[in-house]
Amino acid sequence: MSRPVAIVGIGLTRFGERWESSLRNLITEAGLAALQDCKVSGEEIDELYVGSMSPGQFTNQELVAPLVLDSAGLADTHIPTTRVEGAGASGGLALRQAYLSIASGHADVAIAGGVEKMTDVPEKDVTRILGAASDQEWEAFIGATDPALHALIARRHMEKYGTSREQLGLVAVKNHKHGSLNPNAQFQKEVSLETVLQSPLISDPLRVFDTAPASDGAAAVVLAALDVAESYTDRPIRVSGSGQGSDYVSLAARQTLTSFAATKHAAERAFAQAKAQPKDVDVVEIHDSYTINEILGIEDLGFCKPGAGGVLTETGATAIGGDLPVNPSGGLKARGHPIGATGIAQVAELVSQLRGQAGSRQVRGAKRGLALNTGGTGVVSVVHILEAV
Amino acid sequence: MRGTVTQGATTGIVGYGAYVPPYRIRAEEISRVWGHDAKTGASLNIIEKSVPGVDEDVATMSVEAARQALLRARAPPQRIGAIYVGSESHPYAVKPTGTIVAEAIGAGPELMLADYEFACKAGTAAIQTCMGLAASNMIDLGLAIGADTSQGAPGDALEYAASAGAAAFLIGRDPDEFLAQIDHTVSYTTDTPDFWRREGQRYPSHGERFTGTPAFFKHVSACAERLMQKAGTEPGDYAHAVFHQPNGKFPRNVAKQLGFGDEQIGAGLLAPQIGNTYSAAVLLGLANILDEAKPGQRVFVCGYGSGAGSDAFDITVTKRITKARNHGVPKLRELLADTVQLDYATYAKIRGKIAAPEKGVA
Repeated sequence: MSRPVAIVGIGLTRFGERWESSLRNLITEAGLAALQDCKVSGEEIDELYVGSMSPGQFTNQELVAPLVLDSAGLADTHIPTTRVEGAGASGGLALRQAYLSIASGHADVAIAGGVEKMTDVPEKDVTRILGAASDQEWEAFIGATDPALHALIARRHMEKYGTSREQLGLVAVKNHKHGSLNPNAQFQKEVSLETVLQSPLISDPLRVFDTAPASDGAAAVVLAALDVAESYTDRPIRVSGSGQGSDYVSLAARQTLTSFAATKHAAERAFAQAKAQPKDVDVVEIHDSYTINEILGIEDLGFCKPGAGGVLTETGATAIGGDLPVNPSGGLKARGHPIGATGIAQVAELVSQLRGQAGSRQVRGAKRGLALNTGGTGVVSVVHILEAV
Repeated sequence: MRGTVTQGATTGIVGYGAYVPPYRIRAEEISRVWGHDAKTGASLNIIEKSVPGVDEDVATMSVEAARQALLRARAPPQRIGAIYVGSESHPYAVKPTGTIVAEAIGAGPELMLADYEFACKAGTAAIQTCMGLAASNMIDLGLAIGADTSQGAPGDALEYAASAGAAAFLIGRDPDEFLAQIDHTVSYTTDTPDFWRREGQRYPSHGERFTGTPAFFKHVSACAERLMQKAGTEPGDYAHAVFHQPNGKFPRNVAKQLGFGDEQIGAGLLAPQIGNTYSAAVLLGLANILDEAKPGQRVFVCGYGSGAGSDAFDITVTKRITKARNHGVPKLRELLADTVQLDYATYAKIRGKIAAPEKGVA
């Protein structure tokens, strides 16, 4: 039987074009902020995990996990440091590893961080590096880029369920509105549906405003065994469910384009562990790397029936104040998407919401939150359910 | 202020000249050929850009501008004690452009001379050098030129802007000769690699969006603010303002951020019609302002060069401007009205982007 685990501290950098900060600066800034958010001293950390997709290609820096320890002035502790990679899900996977290390009884306190520094390389290199999350032999080799694969998914969803171009656009409009309330977001401004629909075409039907930006940023959370958590914080947030799933890397090998089996697998495990159902969730962070992914996420997590995600978005239910607020942080679209940091930033947002500290974007009375972090075209999904203690 | 002391004696502009080739290519023609969004030019606020003719280069364009400057000053070339030509497209890697210009206008041989390069701000650096030499009595008149036939790789975003032009300014120290007095100058320089071209490379590289906030906007804003601090002025004190214009959008945005209005930047903003003439850009804008300005008006000038730095000037127009600007020299607006439109194929041939095989080669 595993031990209960809680998140006791969170730290985030501002996301965006952080020209003035290196990879090292960013993760150190987030890590120190997380430690300052709780009463954990560096020497009390038993394990460190960092999610980062491709620091070697973006900045020539590998060995990121020990670098974080080093930069924080904690190299002399010699504790285990591990980098975790799952493309877009790298951050969520790092959190899960930290969670498991405590749940197993192996560690009492662990820190999970995520970082990516994406704007030091030209745009064409960003596309190429992100494309490494597709199947190189069966997808990339024949010319399918990441946007093209998601465009296929979107087109199929539109064909099969009647999801409209406007419904996709409303995901971006809603997330920008939420982002305008988040002081750490890359884009703190609202956009109109017209702006989204008239933005340059990337891969039909997806346009620039259907996609998350390239970003620099980092996030970190401190976890502790629940029985010691209250010595570190007044408001521990319990990790009540943690699930992870995988799928064929190539889209062509799957039964369907309009649902991610990895997400369903992860969600089933997380809900079962949390002894909860979708209707029990008050606030959600979903991996909207493309607008279509938020719609798929709503459906695969069981918040509505397959194909109904577009309509649910159109009703306003997924906005702050609606029945199922999704991405109050602004999501990947507006908060920004420094790949490895995203999964941690999602959970940090939930912690803020469940503590009641989310300011003008607070979801009232939020007691239980869920984060869905995805890598590739739904190849790896990780779901965490958090609850106020 | 550290680093940039106020000059001793006052210096001023005693003559100026401007040259832009008549050839143009429209932004829409470039986006048509490359399959880019038809709104690409509009998003940069560039309608068309100038193209140098087959027989034109930085030397020939500099000569055109320098001759106008001498005509406006009614000064014999022998009075010129120094010539500095700023450009990033000097015809020779080794061998000065300035010597060609000096011979062509009849200056020298008792002459200080060198070619300058600082991306788009070598021309304003040349003016500052001449100011120092004139103020310290080392020369009578100095000729500062900014000229470029700038390069943009085919299909690159730079291709919409990279254009050609030249501007020449005669700098002196006799207030009776000033068409405009230079009251203050300030520079702001850091090592910021936003745009570069290595030895032997045909086209420059750039840091995409990095060329914006941490490069152009940071340096222009910092330099402009320091100049106003030094001069004890604010934006409302200037009748005209001109900023470096790598496109038609950046100068408008930085002007707005600093508190200058559209009516102040209108006369100096030429990028929508001619593109980015690099070392000539802010100086051509200043020339156009001098063509229109009234005596007593104050002019704010702030150039920018990648790499990176800004030079800013606080200038007051004198009453001599009214007569001197008409000394048998066309105004820049008249020159710009005379255009020849090119299609992409002709442009590509003229700019050497395509080349015929040598004779005898099949």
